[in-house]
Amino acid sequence: MNPVFLARGDLQQMLDALRREHRQVIGPQVRDGTIAFDVLERAAQLPQGIVDEQAPGGYRLQSSGGVRCFAWANGPQALKPLTFAPRETLWRAETGDRGELRFAETLPDVAPAAVIGVRGCDLAALQLQDQHFCYSGYADNYYNRRRRSLFIVAVDCAHPAATCFCASTGDGPSAASGFDLALAELDEGFLLRAKSDRGLALLEALPTVPAAEEQLARAARERETAAAAQTRALPGRNLKAALMARLASRRWDEVAERCLSCGNCTSVCPTCFCHSEGDSPTLDGSQVEHVRQWDSCFTPGHSYIHGWVIRGSTRLRYRQWLTHKLGTWHDQYGRSGCVGCGRCIAWCPVGIDLTVEARALLEGEADARP
Amino acid sequence: MRGHSLTQRRQNAYLPQEAEIVRRVRESSTIFTLYLRFTDPIAQASYSYDPGQFNMLYLYGVGEVPISIVSDPEHEDLLVHTINRVGRVTRGIEQLRVGQRLGIRGPYGRGWPLREAEGQDVIVVSGGLGCAPVVSVINHMIRRRERFGHFTIVQKVKHVDEFIWPERYERWKMVPDTTVLVAATEGSANWRWQVSGRIQVLDEVRVRSDRTIAMLCGPGGFMRSAAEHLIGKGLPAEQIYLSTERNMQCAVGHCGHCQFGATFTCRDGPIYPYPKLRDLLSIEGF
Repeated sequence: MNPVFLARGDLQQMLDALRREHRQVIGPQVRDGTIAFDVLERAAQLPQGIVDEQAPGGYRLQSSGGVRCFAWANGPQALKPLTFAPRETLWRAETGDRGELRFAETLPDVAPAAVIGVRGCDLAALQLQDQHFCYSGYADNYYNRRRRSLFIVAVDCAHPAATCFCASTGDGPSAASGFDLALAELDEGFLLRAKSDRGLALLEALPTVPAAEEQLARAARERETAAAAQTRALPGRNLKAALMARLASRRWDEVAERCLSCGNCTSVCPTCFCHSEGDSPTLDGSQVEHVRQWDSCFTPGHSYIHGWVIRGSTRLRYRQWLTHKLGTWHDQYGRSGCVGCGRCIAWCPVGIDLTVEARALLEGEADARP
Repeated sequence: MRGHSLTQRRQNAYLPQEAEIVRRVRESSTIFTLYLRFTDPIAQASYSYDPGQFNMLYLYGVGEVPISIVSDPEHEDLLVHTINRVGRVTRGIEQLRVGQRLGIRGPYGRGWPLREAEGQDVIVVSGGLGCAPVVSVINHMIRRRERFGHFTIVQKVKHVDEFIWPERYERWKMVPDTTVLVAATEGSANWRWQVSGRIQVLDEVRVRSDRTIAMLCGPGGFMRSAAEHLIGKGLPAEQIYLSTERNMQCAVGHCGHCQFGATFTCRDGPIYPYPKLRDLLSIEGF
């Protein structure tokens, strides 16, 4: 299907059409100096004329005065909190009069939602999370319910940040798959393409016109420029063998001197899936909620095992993170766990850059084999 | 695997089921054994497992902990767990008495390769304090002694007081065609077994390289040394299986804590063929 054109002033009609399907609309907005995804009532709440400046350890929004609503790369989160809840109760337990235990599951009651403005990197991350939670052994109902509630409106990314490297991971800057509808933003409006039947149905409810050749050519040029503008890159698609051959590299000690082991990188990473489980009892002890919440391999508790910690130092934790993300992930899910969004670079308080670390590691000698 | 199919049949793998403590035995100052039965008769009747698999035991208000199953699925109606009191949850479970309740979900993971071991010589090697996972395999084999070739049981401890089941080893020595080798690094006045360092005790183990399978349990470095020693004696690496321990919280390969290289110990282990771990075993941090 050829893309169709929707005038900028008609974007509100898309929101209205989604709401007529009883979907809550979630979209990007300026919040606390960043772009955050939250409930969107009106198209006017979108971050029009806002651009982001990102650097290792740095994130700033600025006003450009332009008309565009999606002229920024990303904020600290996009889809992950919507599908893999940061904290949720898995079940409740109670004790009876004679000490008996009763358990009741607490599956989330999720209202249908539509998310507007999802980037290629975040779609790739969603597919990886789907593989992890739904298609490898046990299918997680909690994740699944949230995931199936989503209608996804993607946007081709025309404004990668300095921290972005999705072109080198193959996940952007355009949205390729995993969405219902995708937008390419032009000054005068949006080129729309549907990927699913329900995306097509939505599109048919909108006052679109066929896109002009000149508009298609302009959008294509923007896509090429966005890919070419990326200055960062990973030194290869599959670094597993190279990284696992350098477990004794001195570079791990060097990065550990800078790394605070704070876990910011893992909490902004759209593919990190680690979570802990624990009990949260009421004050009188009559009821317990068994809760899971995001965890990080940068905490000592992550590798705690009866009385000792397997990864007791920052060196071992950073090495675990990087060798998993760029290495052993290939064995688990057939590709790297990095989608090139660059969030771990921007939100690292000391500006550690995994593309720089990966390159430095590869430039070093491989370990001597025993 | 039976464990996987059971997990899949149940709608919510995270939800424990109530079980009652039927019997409780103290094994040492820190180790105790619980005999458990599901309070729901249907759960009790439909529960099946392989030796070497584990359950998540839940203590109300405190949390869950992975514990290997030591009972024999074909000979015992009760579910038996031998537990070493080492952390918050196991300390609390230790306080429970007969008649009190726990939550149980499972079984999880891959068990010992007992069907593959039939017709072969079997060497079971454990290092350190009360290696519960190998007790299930030893009991399993002794009950079905005629199905296996020569049986060698090796137990290595540092101090003699880590050797908590002397009467079991004395009993196993009496089993036909069975060799029992026990060694401590530091002996004591009444120590009747060997005193030898590291894995020296393995020197006496006979390996017929074309018909032997080895099952190991203990610290990573110990298992690595033992496995390499057996390989040196001609045993193919793929005939060696190891029991590992990691932090496990979800037990279905999702929470990420138990990752050992690319594998999830709760799903791909806790019993692994040695070649799967050979590169990473005993490397600090994995």
